Amino acid sequence: MWDYSDKVMEHYRNPKNVGSIENADAIGEAGSLACGDMLKLFLKVDKDGIIQDAKFQTFGCGSAVASSSVLTEMIIGLHIDEAKKITNKQIADELGGLPPEKMHCSVMGHEALEAAIADYYGEEVNVCSEEKIICTCAFKTENELLKEIKEKGLKSVEDVVAETGAGGGCGRCHGAISNLLKQVDKPKIEMAAMSKTQQIIKINNVIERFIADELRKDGGDIELVDVEDSKVYVKLRGACASCKNAMVTLKYFVENTLRDHISPDIEVVEV
Amino acid sequence: MDTIYLDNNATTMVDPQVVDAMTPYFSQYYGNPSSMHDFGGKVSLKLKEAREQVKEFFGASLASEIIFTASGSESANMAIRGVLEANKKQKHIITTKIEHPCVLNVYKTLEKEGYRVTYLSVDSDGSLDFQELEDSVCDDTVLVSIMYANNETGIIFPVEKLAEIVKRKNPKTKFFVDAVQAAGKIKLDVKNTKIDLMGISGHKIHAPKGVGALYIKKGTIVMPLVIGGHQERGKRAGTENVPYIIGLGKACELANAALNDEETRVKRLRDKLESGIIKSIPNARLNAAVDERVPNTTNIGFQYIEGELILLHMSDAGICASSGSACTSGSLEPSHVLRAMGVPFTALHGSIRFSLSRFTTEKEIDYVLEKLPQIIRKLNNLSPFQKELKALGAI
Repeated sequence: MWDYSDKVMEHYRNPKNVGSIENADAIGEAGSLACGDMLKLFLKVDKDGIIQDAKFQTFGCGSAVASSSVLTEMIIGLHIDEAKKITNKQIADELGGLPPEKMHCSVMGHEALEAAIADYYGEEVNVCSEEKIICTCAFKTENELLKEIKEKGLKSVEDVVAETGAGGGCGRCHGAISNLLKQVDKPKIEMAAMSKTQQIIKINNVIERFIADELRKDGGDIELVDVEDSKVYVKLRGACASCKNAMVTLKYFVENTLRDHISPDIEVVEV
Repeated sequence: MDTIYLDNNATTMVDPQVVDAMTPYFSQYYGNPSSMHDFGGKVSLKLKEAREQVKEFFGASLASEIIFTASGSESANMAIRGVLEANKKQKHIITTKIEHPCVLNVYKTLEKEGYRVTYLSVDSDGSLDFQELEDSVCDDTVLVSIMYANNETGIIFPVEKLAEIVKRKNPKTKFFVDAVQAAGKIKLDVKNTKIDLMGISGHKIHAPKGVGALYIKKGTIVMPLVIGGHQERGKRAGTENVPYIIGLGKACELANAALNDEETRVKRLRDKLESGIIKSIPNARLNAAVDERVPNTTNIGFQYIEGELILLHMSDAGICASSGSACTSGSLEPSHVLRAMGVPFTALHGSIRFSLSRFTTEKEIDYVLEKLPQIIRKLNNLSPFQKELKALGAI
């Protein structure tokens, strides 16, 4: 059993503002079915920028529902620019705290809110991208850790624990941290320095090892069509049907993974 | 409200008859079975009786083939480590991808120590490929360890046949069966099989937590994990946990007597629960639709809703079940067993295991069949996958 606060329990038992809003002024999404957590947030905003109504639909655990529910309560009546200032910590605090392993639920709430606000202002946002949390104890995301590893030149898991605090709690993320270290450590070469055969072998290798499974478990798939200079032509099939920017996200995911593992000058082109 | 306990693969109620059998051995007959005096000697006789009961339960030939341990995990650790210690030259082990974490984690540690481990896959029915097993066994294979029944799905592996395949290829390879989830649900009968070691846990068969047993076929060398006194014929030092061992003996006797009830009444209730849920809840999906299952277990995926939320709402209605293995519920990863079976992501995170016992009643099943559809309907309304749920007819 998780150690949930009374407020968390109250909100998952009787969540407030469940549902969708027809003709919503803004819609934000975070997470995915494959991740086990997904939140869709609908906002009704009046001409002065005040959030008149907020509704949510959540696929997730008790604390995910509670985070979504309390978030809608927090933002109704706020100006959209005020709502923008809400942090994931404030969501968790409003719930009387969340267990460390469940902090990502408040992050998801925050991300959906960010996405909705971006949608309101007509900005483009990677709505399906989820900041991957590596260390749930110290609450460090993959991007944060990669940045720190690169900037501080960290070489071992012990370095990461000492310098960033990640991995200093339960220790369950040590494997993930050592993968990040490997990722950073990899020597990068330019595409032009490889023969076409080498390029194809390397790309197919990375697709099989790091990309295809990720897509397939979400119902999608990928096929390498051609390589020309630094351009990699692929056929992509996504499954995040409800997610309008899914294909964009997918393309970035493939591109970033190929860049990380092979060469920073790779450009992915969908055919 | 009364608790409706459908989580018997996690742990079971201690049978009151087991408690009665144990009670005198705390403050009344507390002698040490190793003592010379008659006061301890009487306890020693009672211990002997318990070993007989457990031997009968395993269907073993000799009482000396039974070692008492503190848990199913200890039984597994003793079997695995003990066999490896006794055969240090060989470095290859075979197991399956869907073993209990207590076994899988031992292998992960052994890999770091330089062992080569083959993890056999399962198909969507949860079945093993016999050919893959046969092909994996080589001269270097010291141990094959395969569970009898899976804790999450209840699927039974044909361990006797698997042991024969292994021995045919390499007669020296030892075969260990983790029978924790099969014990008390189907008849164990190690005699006349090629199985060398088999482990059980007390608290899954209505004995208390903190006691288990390991069957070691005569002639199988197992090095001890705990070294000290001569207890358990030197295989496990430490003064015997007398009351608990007596409790385990009694529980084994009662479990064997109740096997018929498991195979008939409990199975009928399980089937009623299973078909009732599938019929009344359109987004429910049976995760292990195979006949070869222990009679008390069913695993059902509720598509487009999340398992923990279902459990919390069931708990509010007084119904206890679990999602995946209780040992993994502290983590956020979906079940490794269901993943290995290729259960789709739509149902993976919403999979619930119901496990009955001989104490489950028809009234309890009826109550669950009345309450669960209401809970699922409520939770379906929360889901962002309204279109998909509508297509299934769930909302």
